[in-house]
Amino acid sequence: MLSFVARRLAGLVAVLLAISVLVFVVFNVIPGGDPALRLAGRHPTQDNIRQIRKDWGFDRPIYVQYGDTMTRLFLKRDLISYQDQTPVLPTIERGIPATMSLAIGAALIWTVLGVGIGVLSGIRQGRLADRVLTVVSMLGISTPIFWLGAVLLYLLTFRFRDSPFFSWIPSGGYVPLTKDPVQWAAHLALPWLVLSVVSIGFYSRVVRSSLIETRSADYVRTARALGLSPRRVLLRHTLRTSLIPVVTLFGLDFGAAVGGTVILVEPIFGLQGVGQYAQESVAHLDLPPLMALTLYGAFFVVLFNALVDIAYRVLDPRIRVG
Amino acid sequence: MAQQVAARRRPGPWRLAGRRLARNRVAIVAAGVFLAIVLACTLGAPLWADHVAHHGPDDQNIQGTVQVDGKAVPVVGLDGTPIGPGWHGPYLLGADANGRDLFVRLLYGGRTSLIVGLGAAVVCLALALALALPAAYFGGAVDSVISRLLDLIWSFPVYLLAVALATSLAIGGFHAGPISVGAGSLWLPVSVIAVVFVPYVARPLRGELLALRRAEFVEAAVAHGAGPLRVMVGELLPNIASSALVFFTLIVANNILTEAALSYLGVGVSLLTPSWGNIIQQGFSSIVTAPALTVAPGIAILLTVVSLNVLGDGLRDALDPHASSRTSFDERAV
Repeated sequence: MLSFVARRLAGLVAVLLAISVLVFVVFNVIPGGDPALRLAGRHPTQDNIRQIRKDWGFDRPIYVQYGDTMTRLFLKRDLISYQDQTPVLPTIERGIPATMSLAIGAALIWTVLGVGIGVLSGIRQGRLADRVLTVVSMLGISTPIFWLGAVLLYLLTFRFRDSPFFSWIPSGGYVPLTKDPVQWAAHLALPWLVLSVVSIGFYSRVVRSSLIETRSADYVRTARALGLSPRRVLLRHTLRTSLIPVVTLFGLDFGAAVGGTVILVEPIFGLQGVGQYAQESVAHLDLPPLMALTLYGAFFVVLFNALVDIAYRVLDPRIRVG
Repeated sequence: MAQQVAARRRPGPWRLAGRRLARNRVAIVAAGVFLAIVLACTLGAPLWADHVAHHGPDDQNIQGTVQVDGKAVPVVGLDGTPIGPGWHGPYLLGADANGRDLFVRLLYGGRTSLIVGLGAAVVCLALALALALPAAYFGGAVDSVISRLLDLIWSFPVYLLAVALATSLAIGGFHAGPISVGAGSLWLPVSVIAVVFVPYVARPLRGELLALRRAEFVEAAVAHGAGPLRVMVGELLPNIASSALVFFTLIVANNILTEAALSYLGVGVSLLTPSWGNIIQQGFSSIVTAPALTVAPGIAILLTVVSLNVLGDGLRDALDPHASSRTSFDERAV
């Protein structure tokens, strides 16, 4: 087991290295636009461009530039953005508390609601409750979340502002947990809901079908035949197996949420996290922060993939044997 | 002889699937809704623009008026607030701040979104097959290289990778040898979306192909002297066609959502071409005075994506009745 964990973590480092090279290539080789041209402003002279190329090191071989960029990004921490020339890594670090608050809260909501809806739908298969919940999860996976966020924000903080149900909802911004826990939660309530909508839909679909499949498994029938109560069979035997896919999904989705999907939610609510930084960098076509943010996102995806693999071995002994 | 007749009468797998699909009322309704949306955006758009609205998707009309209940109402008010939805032929869903007809823009924007969604799905499926078929057929080193490549793309958060690619391409377009794509071209969002989702299609297809590779009919074909290409295209491909069809439906839905997200971030379809994502993005700033500009395109997306997802589910159930509980594209656990 320990050697597996060690191998998996070594693999993680290798993948991250490969990713950093790929990201560097995407940002520095593909663009038709010369970065020096972009930095030079609207009407550059040839001398200007030559000077910028020299100053920023664009005239050196690509592998030297790669090493230099990575050193400046992670070790010297002074890689700056083209747009406002602020250092990239400290800005990302400042955004992490907001982003983590958003992602962790949303993950809790989507796990509880997704699994809950899936189990309910699965055990009431074909009945009215199942049909209604199936429609709900279908809508969940089909919603453009940034649109949902904007429409909810408009409805609840403007259109129905005076309704006593919604008057507590702030119109955006982020309050640190350490400063005021109640306001922290109030400011994050809508973003949590919006970020979790798609995953609630996915999880309930997966859990529902997995539950229906497991219910007809031989060992479940055996457990029933041995005289165990339906409740005990459901909780101890059926659910345990049918929740295994959720572990994989959770790893992938949490990584993807922290590392990417927040870009669609944070700007709407003005949460000032990593996602909003990414959105602003996109708006300015600002490559250094985007490169760093892509690496940051990939780090979380790869990390959680590795954690899932390890969790799987613990949960399902069959994989250890096979 | 009698046996031959019986064999001829027995319907093939596709026909059987068609019958099962026809019995699934929800899926048929979904197919109808999707077809109606496609027709409205392709044939309906110019008809409506020419004969009812009398202006195109990009025609501005800041000073004009519309007849509502016999009175002339300005298209864009003095305070800049555009006319809202109502039962008037032109400006059925209202106008935007430039006096452009929202409904006409929605129809033409749907064209763009559908083209990007379908186009990216075709490219994505073609790439996925081009990777999965040789990986499964040759195995060994070829398989390792292809699988690692897929793992690498898989390691990126989807939206961030799409945004990264789209941003770096948005600056100068893509120029490599004979291929040259301008920065505003529709090919950019199409190819970005296609590349990002390749692993989500190629990995499960490769898994299915690996099982087929060792099947007896494949060995028989090899024994008959069939070369790699013949086995891949003639033997393996037809056997995963049904999965590919299901995937296709589901990725079109997914691509339409991704187009909207990329356009919202400003790196999708060029702002000069209306698309559902663009219309939302432009409507955001005036959501308080003209909510229809944001709400309407979102509902169009939701309706299209739901109809495709329901149709995809129906197709899966119809094509593979034994695996009705198995889940594929959206459920990445596989």
